[in-house]
Amino acid sequence: MTQTPLLQLSGITKRFPGVIANDGVSFSIEPGEVHALLGENGAGKSTLVKMIYGVMRPDEGDMHFSGAPYMPAKPSEARAHGVGMVFQHFSLFDALSVAENVALGMNKDAVGANLDQQIIEVSEAYGLPLDPTRLIGSLSVGERQRVEIVRCLLQNPRLLIMDEPTSVLTPQEVDILFETLRKLSSEGCSILYISHKLEEIRALCDKATVLRGGKVVGSCDPRQETAKSLAEMMIGASLAMPVPTARTEGEKRLIVEGLSAISEDPFGVDIEDVSFTVSAGEILGVAGVAGNGQVELMEVLTGERAADKGVVRIDGEDIGRLGPIERRRRGMCSVPEERLGHGAVPDMTLWENTLLSARTRMGMESSGFLDLMAASKFATEVVAKFNVKTAGIDHVARSLSGGNLQKFIVGREIMQTPTVLVILQPTWGVDAAAAADIHRALQTLAAGGAAILVISQDLDELMAISTSFAVIAEGRLSEPVQTGTLSIEEIGLLMGGVHNSTGEEARP
Amino acid sequence: MDLAILIIQGIIVAATPLVFASAGELVVERAGVLNLGVEGMMILGAVAGFSVTLETGSYVFGVFAAAIAGAIAGLLFGFLTQMLMSNQVATGLALTIFGLGLSALWGQAYSGDSTDPLAKLHIPLLSDIPIIGPLLFSHDPLVYLSFALVAGIAWFLFKTRAGLILRSVGENHDAAHAIGYSVVGVRMAAIAFGGACAGIGGAYLSMVQTPLWVEDMTAGRGWIALAIVVFASWRPGRALLGAYLFGGVTVVQLHIQGFGVDIDAQYLSMLPYLVTILVLVVISYDKTRVNLNAPACLGKPFFASS
Amino acid sequence: MIRLEPRKEPSKVLLYTTPVLAVCVTILAGIVMFAVLGKPPFRAIAIIFVDPWLDSFTVAEMMVKATPLILIAIGLSFGFRAGVWNIGAEGQFTIGALTGGMVGLAFYNMEGFWILPLMCIAGAAGGMAWAAIPAFLKTRFNANEILVSLMLTYVAVLLLSVLVHGPLKDPEGLNFPESRMFSASATMPILLEGTRTHIGFLAAIVAAAVAWVLLDRHVIGFQIKVAGQAPRAARYGGFVQNRVVWMCLMISGGLAGLAGLFEAAGPVGQLVPALPVGYGFTAIIVAFLGRLNPIGIVLAGFVMALTYIGGESAQIEMNLPSAITGVFQGMFLFFLLGIDVLAKFRIRMAKLVKAGA
Repeated sequence: MTQTPLLQLSGITKRFPGVIANDGVSFSIEPGEVHALLGENGAGKSTLVKMIYGVMRPDEGDMHFSGAPYMPAKPSEARAHGVGMVFQHFSLFDALSVAENVALGMNKDAVGANLDQQIIEVSEAYGLPLDPTRLIGSLSVGERQRVEIVRCLLQNPRLLIMDEPTSVLTPQEVDILFETLRKLSSEGCSILYISHKLEEIRALCDKATVLRGGKVVGSCDPRQETAKSLAEMMIGASLAMPVPTARTEGEKRLIVEGLSAISEDPFGVDIEDVSFTVSAGEILGVAGVAGNGQVELMEVLTGERAADKGVVRIDGEDIGRLGPIERRRRGMCSVPEERLGHGAVPDMTLWENTLLSARTRMGMESSGFLDLMAASKFATEVVAKFNVKTAGIDHVARSLSGGNLQKFIVGREIMQTPTVLVILQPTWGVDAAAAADIHRALQTLAAGGAAILVISQDLDELMAISTSFAVIAEGRLSEPVQTGTLSIEEIGLLMGGVHNSTGEEARP
Repeated sequence: MDLAILIIQGIIVAATPLVFASAGELVVERAGVLNLGVEGMMILGAVAGFSVTLETGSYVFGVFAAAIAGAIAGLLFGFLTQMLMSNQVATGLALTIFGLGLSALWGQAYSGDSTDPLAKLHIPLLSDIPIIGPLLFSHDPLVYLSFALVAGIAWFLFKTRAGLILRSVGENHDAAHAIGYSVVGVRMAAIAFGGACAGIGGAYLSMVQTPLWVEDMTAGRGWIALAIVVFASWRPGRALLGAYLFGGVTVVQLHIQGFGVDIDAQYLSMLPYLVTILVLVVISYDKTRVNLNAPACLGKPFFASS
Repeated sequence: MIRLEPRKEPSKVLLYTTPVLAVCVTILAGIVMFAVLGKPPFRAIAIIFVDPWLDSFTVAEMMVKATPLILIAIGLSFGFRAGVWNIGAEGQFTIGALTGGMVGLAFYNMEGFWILPLMCIAGAAGGMAWAAIPAFLKTRFNANEILVSLMLTYVAVLLLSVLVHGPLKDPEGLNFPESRMFSASATMPILLEGTRTHIGFLAAIVAAAVAWVLLDRHVIGFQIKVAGQAPRAARYGGFVQNRVVWMCLMISGGLAGLAGLFEAAGPVGQLVPALPVGYGFTAIIVAFLGRLNPIGIVLAGFVMALTYIGGESAQIEMNLPSAITGVFQGMFLFFLLGIDVLAKFRIRMAKLVKAGA
């Protein structure tokens, strides 16, 4: 490699209060290279690319772009150099049109007079068709990502940064995306591809830099490595994977029939005619692309939101008209997706947060008065049993790391020994060791006779722990089947809204 | 016919301060900021406009002073909410309370004084046309400015890149920040602009409507302006309509007794407030529509973590 | 460059010291303001903030002023914690005085221990009824409670005026717009002999104590706090947002109505159009200055009462305009909100980034 690297990073360091997000990171990207940045959640990948894109500035270290010193003070400078970025959490505006969104993400002088036409041409050339006049709020998650990508492509990028792009896509959409990226790379555009998904990186990337705890711990050619060797580099230790237990035919604990709910949010997803049962000892895994009604389904099941139609039964009793408190009394606990602000109140202490969902089942409330001692005792038990790292139960929920707060919330629900547990994204943003702990706890709970519904976007997780499996798409649930009986292609079709291989598409 | 013309002219005079204040607040809210201090900014504008006009004899200076006073008051709110991250609702209330107090202190020396109201324009020929002349061509310059302001805001918000950026900041400040726009900068500018508009609206009260200074002379108009923004679904043209609707109610109420209806004046004075409530109810009823029109980040604090 | 860095947890020490700091900064700003106005600044500050404490009569007067402020602010603090912004306490105060006062007037020629309690119930009920309007319109029609409750304040003041000018006018009076004086049975008993301090002050202290229990030990307070801090978590906890709105508006409306009745049946002694003097608005400052905490509110009630009493003395002794009370109150709230940044953030001097290479 004698040519000048397109981007060279040397000794990049970024500190946040209490943590060093990046510690002396150095690597380089060649022109036309598809370069993977691999690491676990919290390894410092996102921070690093934000510095390349000018959202943040490093505390130490320097960067060179095509040999010249490069230190963008703001994203428009990065864009002027030909650096484009597709964010993990999209930087899009729901109430604005596709064209307006594209214009906002481009530098002023790059916006041509005929933007709508340009959008149509570029999006079709790369196989990502888009209608420039539609509102973002009315697009699917996959289409939204197209907007982000087309926005970058219109500026003729020399380096395209993709932050975890496939977590929101169906397997088929992933294939289309990879085609687009390979085409770009063959045209000489470099791609910095951030992911923790090993198979993807092996399929797409020419080179990989592995981050762990903010440091570069290795670099390799991913095509020469196995998924296992990459995983060990990323995690730094070998892990015991949970083994799915065989499906046991216990009594039917949770029965849902014809459940429907219209969303209040103009851009929300309606739940349409959902039916399933979960038996004692069963873990029903529900897969699906983000934004297909997962949150809505959970809220309707737990009673946070009223259903318009349908029946929900726990152990034979119809609870469809009851609120969350009464459902908890009858044995249903839940873990929402958002930790801060939904599963826990950010500025309340851990013991106060046990009052939020455990006061009924754990006897912390009598005639309206709260038993603060009982709350403290229960919080202490949860912290001890689930190995929550915190300076004490008097500290506010916000002060915990994401993984530790997740352990606390999951622990708080599991230790109420529910008979039915609805859990969304059980290990989102949790490190691998803690994820394994949570998985084991769920399996233990199921073994004790509880019925568990796990809704997750992580297929690997569902394959590992669920005994039966279904897919949610556009607010509709596929027929649950035994885990392991569907091929990845079939799952992909279901996630795209195609049901029962009849070829009927849920949306055009 | 003369009475009708008189009533319409009255409506224009009653509506114009509301047009200024609500148009300014509309821009602020489009940027995602809820400034409940409109009443305070208006009353400061009223006292500034009146006192400067009285001292200098120049209406132009008076209007500028009102705009500057309103903008400074707005920037104070902006400094607290955008830079020191204070609660927007509480800070807006503080601005109103502070504005009422400070204006009373400032205006004490001027109570009892009065000026001539700002002169109406007289355009040769046009103003003399019967009916159309008095209706369209013989108002004071601020009335024409208020219409130009609404048109200018509509053009700015929906036809310019800067307006698009402002709307994007109100819609999703995190995304706007990630793309590289200065959320705080855009919001401070919007807040200052909104303050200036509210200041001019207040000055219209003390320089045209009743050309003298009275404590608390805004009498809730700042709050009505806030209601108009909701009524308008954050669209400038509808804000103009809303302001004229309220102006109409105010003036008609004054004339009802003239028509020989026997009813206590206080009951009639309640009308504008009751109409405000009624309109709020009708507009807010469709929750989905309000959610669709309201800037998604309205009133939410923004703190850039980087 | 100065940079703000969010604290992982708000500093507890600063949370309670910032109100004191805000008072100090306000006094400093007051010194500057008086200097600008050409008055001896230190003397003026002493008149407003020190002298009232030195005389038992003015201390008693402060208790008279603090009573409605504390009562109303206690009620408002529930709503403000829940994000239910009742800005119309002034209107609920006025209606409470009106309904409670009307009961007193109805029995003007009777005596009995039961008259005053009946008036209190009617006053609280009147305040609650007035607050029920924004509660209903908010929960049923999604109408903004800030604007509705505020508009109703103007309506309430006009209503009081129209009734006192008409049906409630003292038939034996000189045609002034004022009602009869309340009878002895319809007047608040005096707490401290020789002053105007009435038993309403005790009621305010009891209200603060009850509020403390509700907020700290009861599920009512817990759900109000959760609803204000994290609405989705509130739903998760099984709390219904509409019920929280109703609860907050009923508590604040009831206490404001009671405060209005106390004022009418206490220091004023009759219904007059000038009864509402802005306690409902000043109480907003009291609630914030007291950190929405019942004990803090009692203390803040006295600080605010000080600005009234001290402001009046300053008016008399130094010929200062009465508006300085309002200016001081506004400054209190501004400085408090500004200084709050210290509790939520750490102020750091950011290192300058080394320029590339």
